[in-house]
Amino acid sequence: MTSGMIGARTYVLVAAVLLVLTGVTIAVAFLPLGSWHTPVALGIAALKTVLIGWFFMHLRVSTPTTRLAALAGLFWLAIMLAGTLDDVVTRGWLPVPGK
Amino acid sequence: MATEASMVRSRPAPAEQFDDLEQQHQAATFGMWLFLITEVMLFGGMFTAYTWYRFLYPAGFAEGSRHMDLVLGGANTVVLIVSSLTMALAVHATQTGARRALGRLLGATILLGLVFLGIKAVEYWQHYQEQLVPGIRFSFDGPLSHQVELFFLFYFMMTGIHAVHLTIGVGIVSVLLVMARRGKFSPAAHDPIEVTGLYWHFVDVVWIFLLPLLYLFGLG
Amino acid sequence: MSAVAVAPRPTSYTTSQVSTWSWLLTEDHKRIAILYTITITLMFFVGGVAATLMRLELLTPEGDLVSSAAYNRLFTIHGVIMVWFFLIPSIPNTLGNFLVPMMIGARDLAFPKLNLASWYIYLFGAGFTLWAIVNGGVDTGWTFYTPYSTHSSTTHVVSTTLRIFILGFSSILTGLNVIVTIHTMRAPGMTWSRLPLFIWSTYATSLILVLATPVLAITLVLVATERILRVGIFDPALGGDPLLYQHLFWFYSHPAVYIMILPGMGVISELIAAFARKRVFGYGFVAASSIAIAVLGFLVWGHHMFTAGISVHAALIFSLLSYLVAVPSAIKVFNWTATLYGGSISFETPLLYALAFIGLFVIGGLTGLFLAALAVDVHVQDTYFVVAHFHYIMVGGMVTAYMGGLHYWWPKITGRMYPELWGKLAALTIFVGFNLTFFPQYIVGYLGMPRRYHIYPPEFQVLNVMSTAGASILAVGYLLPLVYLLWSLRWGKEAGPNPWGAPGLEWQTSSPLPAHNFEVTPIVRHGPYEYPDRRVIGDPSGRRQSVAEGTDGD
Repeated sequence: MTSGMIGARTYVLVAAVLLVLTGVTIAVAFLPLGSWHTPVALGIAALKTVLIGWFFMHLRVSTPTTRLAALAGLFWLAIMLAGTLDDVVTRGWLPVPGK
Repeated sequence: MATEASMVRSRPAPAEQFDDLEQQHQAATFGMWLFLITEVMLFGGMFTAYTWYRFLYPAGFAEGSRHMDLVLGGANTVVLIVSSLTMALAVHATQTGARRALGRLLGATILLGLVFLGIKAVEYWQHYQEQLVPGIRFSFDGPLSHQVELFFLFYFMMTGIHAVHLTIGVGIVSVLLVMARRGKFSPAAHDPIEVTGLYWHFVDVVWIFLLPLLYLFGLG
Repeated sequence: MSAVAVAPRPTSYTTSQVSTWSWLLTEDHKRIAILYTITITLMFFVGGVAATLMRLELLTPEGDLVSSAAYNRLFTIHGVIMVWFFLIPSIPNTLGNFLVPMMIGARDLAFPKLNLASWYIYLFGAGFTLWAIVNGGVDTGWTFYTPYSTHSSTTHVVSTTLRIFILGFSSILTGLNVIVTIHTMRAPGMTWSRLPLFIWSTYATSLILVLATPVLAITLVLVATERILRVGIFDPALGGDPLLYQHLFWFYSHPAVYIMILPGMGVISELIAAFARKRVFGYGFVAASSIAIAVLGFLVWGHHMFTAGISVHAALIFSLLSYLVAVPSAIKVFNWTATLYGGSISFETPLLYALAFIGLFVIGGLTGLFLAALAVDVHVQDTYFVVAHFHYIMVGGMVTAYMGGLHYWWPKITGRMYPELWGKLAALTIFVGFNLTFFPQYIVGYLGMPRRYHIYPPEFQVLNVMSTAGASILAVGYLLPLVYLLWSLRWGKEAGPNPWGAPGLEWQTSSPLPAHNFEVTPIVRHGPYEYPDRRVIGDPSGRRQSVAEGTDGD
């Protein structure tokens, strides 16, 4: 039998929170936040992802291995982003001609 | 052996390579999570490319984002979140043996998925009318033209591949609905529903990131 | 007693059903392994023909055998086939498919249907590739660098990228299958610390397969899109950046080289333990180093781009990380050597391949460190030095390990022994031919000969002639096993369950294996290399007693 169960009411509550957060994301986009827009928007999206993963995708009642797998996926995406962006963002930082 | 047979009659047997249903269940869910990791990297490649160009061309990407229909994008987000709810409740229904609710919830999920695709089609049509489809029908005045074209290329690629995944999801849930009507699922064995649920929620998560990146840039 | 009761004269997996359909629709991992072996061997020889033509052209400094357009197609098809249709699937899908369930005590992989699907996907990709070769091929290099591939090349770029995209699913499904199997289907008592090192390596390989291949998939989709729609993702004229392509491509392709070598390292661990009759020194370190290579291998891709225009900041970081990734590989080499020390060594063919591996891998690996140094790389990037480096690892390392593993497990797979004298002869021929082919390439590359050119200054001719001469010997070396291994299927000595006296679970059943692997699920009570004593038992002609019976009370 599956390990543990999450109640129907929890699911509805999580969905409600997700809808509220969606509204917040959109509303915040209209504020004059300058360069803070991106981190704030992605931060809210990350929070929604955690809620979906923890409740809808049952990470709350999953084995440590499964949770590790979920984290690994995100970690590897971070590696790809960091390594690639490191190149384009730091061009011209170090005083070597032509680079 | 005889007692085992009578017990097995009330629960389906696991596939030949597995020792028991629990092992099969673990394998199925872990396998789906691994597949979702591959999807994270697949979409991640596009997100990386998108971020590279957003860093290089903030003005052009902001301009492109302003041509997106926020109402439709927001509506689609709501649709997907509700569909994730219905899918999660469908898994719950199987776990509690609520067969009729299962059928209804799977049906609702399919319906919401189709609504999403319908809204997407409307959006794509609008962009076509406005001549904002790179490679097919694109025309934009001004110095930011190439950058805006690049933005729209990423828009169509990312939402397009997302829509393909959603369509496949709708197809699979439809098959599940047929199987559910035939009573193939029970609290003891419902792996296909559970792993499809994981897949569906993942598709929702991708959209949750696409919304701010594509629709909400350049509004403030 | 942890050995499994072997049923008297069971039918084997090859004889339990004999129709063609029972092979083509099989879900048995052992049969799928055979199907893969046949197809990758075929592709290996196709890729080898391309290499032969290239080496023949390079006998003379002028371009007199093939045109430059044809030569571009030759090195492209050689790379595409050898990387995607041979090296990446080789050990994981042949020996891995065969052995993973056996070594962990399972009846099959977790998803047998997906396993079969993987093979069909591979077959489709292979067939499509052969079609493309006949219809003009591709000339972009296996690396498909933009904007040439997206803009200027007039060859079958879209169909090639499409079929590699499809092939990627074969890789991903294999990796997924192996990871789930190892996590969920180990026999009772088979803890992680009792897994054979081949399993650790295959597991690490599968992690890379799952994490890296999707990035290749999306990159190829972007290339195809740019080519079809003529929009500037990577085209500088339209605001695109070719370096972005290289980042995305190498994010997959560098870990891909670890997909290629890690299984080979796993095989070597097994061979060294078996032929030194000793448990592997530093088991924990070797196991951890496999995982370390898989993880660190993802952090170094920028070293393929040092001269392409990346920022100095990025180049420094990638260079440093590239030095770091050499450490776990070195740890393996030290542990293998320490295992040999004080062991009871018998020089059969598989051990010859293992020893060759260690030497050639060290040379290849050290030259990798030369390349990781920015100041050196500036001079030798895109020369034959790089070509020699990766062939030492891929051919001197990986293919050698594959040959060693094939010979070692041949009696288990087929129930027959290969002819030992011919085995040794072929191994020696391969070793001599290989070094004669590729060592001169280090020199000629250092002296400045660029790669992917079919004409070169006359002062490089002597080294090129040596290289081609070596290649002809190497070709003989690879053809020999094709002949005598096939010969052994009919006329080879029948092998018993355990001709090598090795302690692994796969040796506890009959040869060839029974259809369902184990009649009774084994219960594992000790680690993977428990040799009871150091005395040489029996003789190496295949009539040894199984040593496993003596493990009671360990």
